[in-house]
Amino acid sequence: MSEQNETSMGGFLKSHLREYGMLVALVVIMVFFQFMTEGTLMRPVNLTNLFLQNSYIIIMALGMLLVIVAGHIDLSVGSVVGFIGAMAAVMMVNYDLPVWLTIPICLVTGAIIGAAQGYWIAYWKIPSFIVTLAGMLVFKGLTLWLLAGQSVGPFPKSFQLLSTGFVPDIFGSGKPNLTALLLGIVLALAIVALGLRERARQQKFGTVDEPGPVFWIKNGLVAAAIIYVSYLLSTYRGLPNVLITMAVLTMVYTFITNRTTVGRRIYALGGNEKAAKLSGINTERLTFLTFANMGMLAALAGLIFAARLNTATPKAGLAFELDVIAAVFIGGASMSGGVGKIIGAVVGAFIMGVMNNGMSILGVGIDWQQVIKGLVLLAAVIFDVYNKNKSS
Amino acid sequence: MDTILEMRGITKSFPGVKALDDVNLRVRRGEIHALVGENGAGKSTLMKVLSGVYPHGSYEGEILFNGAEQRFNGIADSEREGVIIIHQELALVPLLSIAENIFLGNEIAPKGVVNWPETFARTEALLKKVGLREKPTTLVDALGVGKQQLVEIAKALSKEVKLLILDEPTASLQENDSQALLDLLMEFREQGITSILISHKLNEISRVADSITVLRDGATVSTLDCHAETISEDRIILDMVGRDMAHRYPERVPQIGETLFELENWNVYHQDHAERHLIRDVNLRVARGEVVGIAGLMGSGRTELAMSVFGRSYGQNISGTARLNGTEVDLSTIDRAVDAGLAYVTEDRKSLGLVLEESIARNITLANLPGVSARGVIDDTAERRVAEDYRQKINIRTPNIFQQVVNLSGGNQQKVVLAKWLFAEPDVLILDEPTRGIDVGAKYEIYSIINQLAAEGKGVIMISSEMPELLGMCDRIYVMNEGAFAGELAASEASQEKIMSMIVSA
Repeated sequence: MSEQNETSMGGFLKSHLREYGMLVALVVIMVFFQFMTEGTLMRPVNLTNLFLQNSYIIIMALGMLLVIVAGHIDLSVGSVVGFIGAMAAVMMVNYDLPVWLTIPICLVTGAIIGAAQGYWIAYWKIPSFIVTLAGMLVFKGLTLWLLAGQSVGPFPKSFQLLSTGFVPDIFGSGKPNLTALLLGIVLALAIVALGLRERARQQKFGTVDEPGPVFWIKNGLVAAAIIYVSYLLSTYRGLPNVLITMAVLTMVYTFITNRTTVGRRIYALGGNEKAAKLSGINTERLTFLTFANMGMLAALAGLIFAARLNTATPKAGLAFELDVIAAVFIGGASMSGGVGKIIGAVVGAFIMGVMNNGMSILGVGIDWQQVIKGLVLLAAVIFDVYNKNKSS
Repeated sequence: MDTILEMRGITKSFPGVKALDDVNLRVRRGEIHALVGENGAGKSTLMKVLSGVYPHGSYEGEILFNGAEQRFNGIADSEREGVIIIHQELALVPLLSIAENIFLGNEIAPKGVVNWPETFARTEALLKKVGLREKPTTLVDALGVGKQQLVEIAKALSKEVKLLILDEPTASLQENDSQALLDLLMEFREQGITSILISHKLNEISRVADSITVLRDGATVSTLDCHAETISEDRIILDMVGRDMAHRYPERVPQIGETLFELENWNVYHQDHAERHLIRDVNLRVARGEVVGIAGLMGSGRTELAMSVFGRSYGQNISGTARLNGTEVDLSTIDRAVDAGLAYVTEDRKSLGLVLEESIARNITLANLPGVSARGVIDDTAERRVAEDYRQKINIRTPNIFQQVVNLSGGNQQKVVLAKWLFAEPDVLILDEPTRGIDVGAKYEIYSIINQLAAEGKGVIMISSEMPELLGMCDRIYVMNEGAFAGELAASEASQEKIMSMIVSA
């Protein structure tokens, strides 16, 4: 039975060209920079930095993916990052509020900011581009006002751990960090096990889509990559806290988009809002929640970014929205909504991050970095459109 | 009088459907020629062939205009010859002025710079010709539908029109506007302009037409000369609806139970124009196991009625009572309507019924996701089982349930929409044009599903523009015209002639 349904290998790869193409592109880019930087890219210390530098972009890309899948855009996230960082700084430094209180207040504020914008977009049907453009200006201004144009810092040690902390080594002495290595192996095995379970269920139903060799090669490579990366990290300081946050959030959002009714409804809303509405879906509330969620993730990113710099500056978050949006589109989301995957957005963010990092190591100026990143974004989208035209 | 236009042996096929089959149309110079037929008879297709929307080569047959064979490859070609078509949906840009609209794409602009004084002067002359007293700078948005229609005609006149085609020009006009428009057409006839008038309103046609061509099922049925003989409306209706009704409908023994769903004094106002009273005092009743039809022309308000009932998804200022099993129900949102047991299967499956880029399985479960999930988490296996079940039960032809619905044929797409609503387990189904644009075989299957639903004790309300379909399927038929029910016919007494005459005499 599975024989009939299983698509031929070539046909399957062709129809999933975009998904695998992204991963292949990431690997090619990494190999390229690894070679060009004579091994610097994958050095444990640089790898750790790579995660720290991109964590906030990736966290926001998770929320932005939902926003874009729902058929909208959020231009305000960069300003919200700056604003929440400033707010946290003022609360902790100027008012001496404890960290445990500051963090939840900031996250809730972020959610409220997102909800406030989502309200106009969802219930008043004001284009998200306009509302969030206004939000971008408003929160940029409020950041300046909060900080009175100054940098505020430093922060308490416990707050800094949000970004610069590492998971302590429970099993070993820390050199190498056995916990990191073990977690990596466990994660790799878990991914393969989950994949196998899903496949077994599909086989029972005769609805296996992915050809066997593709399944094994893909999972093998992913598992190997995870173990290798965790090994590299273990030889430095272990797993950064923020990597754990990021990984957990990525899994949570993957689950939400793939398996929950809310996730499914967001795709339907973006794919055909009228049909979704006529199917009894409360499209307004869904849009509203999508923006509230984005606001909360932007706040989290703001906290992590401030913790990393150990100071809140008026320029924090500047132009982050562009990197986040670019990551989501490089990751295969469609401008018209309804299409896009969490894993794609994460890979898209890594592609941007590796290019930033690699080009910086190579000493490419910020001028040419921008040009190259712009062209990569354009190329990714052209690739999408080309594929779509060819298949129809 | 000589012949200005002759279309000979026009045959036009779409995948799976022959829309026109050896159609002949002869229009004499300087006359008003009426083209009539039921919805789907092929009138619009024929006019699209004539105006070049379907280019030469995509159809068989030939077109002679002014004595020469024409091979139009687009509207630009036909307009150059003076054939101008005014569509039912007006093609004006609302936020541009009358003058800008009239000369859009045809600007008086030597060297690319618009000569506004001349544009306005010529606009004024044109407006005078069509009897519209408005300034050339008025925005089209500010005009009513009747005046917009006149702007369209002025636009046609600006292009040296020889043959003017009007597609249901009075469908959305008030009585006095319609009269003015018909007077204008007769004035044009004095000036030697030939017109083709597509209309359902037989009283108008009897008033102005010199000859009439009747189309039915994509073929010419008759061409009548109004001056040679007196043509009665009955005669036209007879030609329009034809006689033959073969066994195109599955057998069913109605088992009608107690009243399931009722509407009382249902009133609805237009979505955007609060002053337009769209649905007037509708009273409707459907019993368990009953299939009730709503007949009427396009634009008579059937879809608006259905959507206003289904969670107020259309209209504003909705008033009236809805009762399910004798008790009043709250249908104020789509959620509530679905929970109450209503389902509305839209006439526009592509833009309102389906998420085209998603799979069959995901579309089927969309209206009842809780049915395949526990605590907000979807059970993939259950979802697949449900989709697979419906695929077999109602015969959705597809390699597997993961296909994107965009790749399915119209009939199979329709089955997916039906499956979506069947899975929501409604008691009352409102089916809006359930067989529009699908082939005969698929139609039969859909009819069988409808009969099955009735046999299960559900109430079915079926909206259709195809009268034979209503007669073949329904136990009772409401006839709707201009937002109100003009009458009600039991299956035993209903006939196409009776329905048609209820519509045209209302």
